[in-house]
Amino acid sequence: MSKVSGRIKFLIIILLVYLIVGLIKPTLSLNALRYFVGMLPKVLPILTLVFIILFFTNMLLSPSKINKHLGKNSGVKGWLYAIAGGIFISGPPYILYPMLGELKKHGARNGLLATMLYNRNVKIYFLPAIIYYFNLRYAVILSIYIILFSILNGILLEFIVSENE
Amino acid sequence: MQIFKITADMSDSVKQKMKQAFFKTTQVFKTVMPMLTGVLLLVSLLHQFFKNNYQHWFSGNLILDPFIGAIAGSISFGMPVTSYVVGGELLHAGVSLLAVTAFIMSWTTVGLIMIPLEASALGIRFAIIRNILNFIFALIVAISTVSTLKFLF
Repeated sequence: MSKVSGRIKFLIIILLVYLIVGLIKPTLSLNALRYFVGMLPKVLPILTLVFIILFFTNMLLSPSKINKHLGKNSGVKGWLYAIAGGIFISGPPYILYPMLGELKKHGARNGLLATMLYNRNVKIYFLPAIIYYFNLRYAVILSIYIILFSILNGILLEFIVSENE
Repeated sequence: MQIFKITADMSDSVKQKMKQAFFKTTQVFKTVMPMLTGVLLLVSLLHQFFKNNYQHWFSGNLILDPFIGAIAGSISFGMPVTSYVVGGELLHAGVSLLAVTAFIMSWTTVGLIMIPLEASALGIRFAIIRNILNFIFALIVAISTVSTLKFLF
C-alpha cells in the first residue's frame, strides 16, 4: 500500500470536517464551500503569477546569488534587503510561503525570512486606510515599531531555530 | 560558422535551464497545492463562525482585552487592510486602542490556521517559533505604540 503524504492527509481531514459539519448543519458547510469557490477567481491569477515568479527565480537566481544577498554572509545589507523586501512584496501569506521556501532552499537565512514576513505589515498603499481609521501619528509610530521589532524577531528566531531546521 | 555554433550551444543551455526551472517549479506546486487547498477550505469554514462576531469577544477589561485582541487576530486571516477596517470599527465600538493594536498586529504577523502551510515550506520549528514570537511581539508593539503616543502627544 502506498504511503499517503502528510499534506494529503491534512486535506482529507479538512474534507472530513466539512462532511461532519455538513451532517450537523448543512447550510454552514454549503456557505463555506460557496465562500471557497468565490475565493478561487482571486487566488488562481495570483497562483499563476507566483508560478511565473518561481520559474524565473529557479532559472535566474543561483544559490550563490541568494547567499550573497540573503545568506550567512549578507551582513547589514541582508537585513536591509529583508526589511525592504517585506515592505514591497505583497500578497497573502499562503502565496508567499512557497516563494520564501524556495529562497530558503537556495540559502536564505531564517532570520531574514522572518524579518521579511514581519514587515508585510508596513505597506505604503495601506497608509490611507490606516490614517482614515486611526491617524497619521499612529500609522508612523506603529510602522517604526514594526520595522524595529522585525529585526529583533529575526535575530531571536535565528537564535532559537538553526539554519538546517 | 563559429558564431552560429556558440549561439546554438547557448540556446541549448538556456533550454536546459528552462526545463530544469519548470520541473522544479512544478514540483513546488505539487507539494503546496493539497496543503493550500486544505488551508483555504479551513479558512472558508472558520470565516462562517467569525464574521461580524469580533465585537462580542471583548470584555472591556483593560488588561484582558489586549490578550483577547491578540488571540482574535491570531486566528483570523485576510488582507492587512481588512484588519484596519475591523480594528477601526472595534475602536468606534469602545474597544481600547491597546487591544485594537494587538488585534491588528497579530492579524498579519500570526497565522495559526496557516501553520501547516508555513511549516511545509519553511519547517515546523520555524513556523511554531515565529508564530509564538510574533504573538508576544504583537502585545509588546501594541503597548509600545500606545505608550509612545501618550508620551509624545
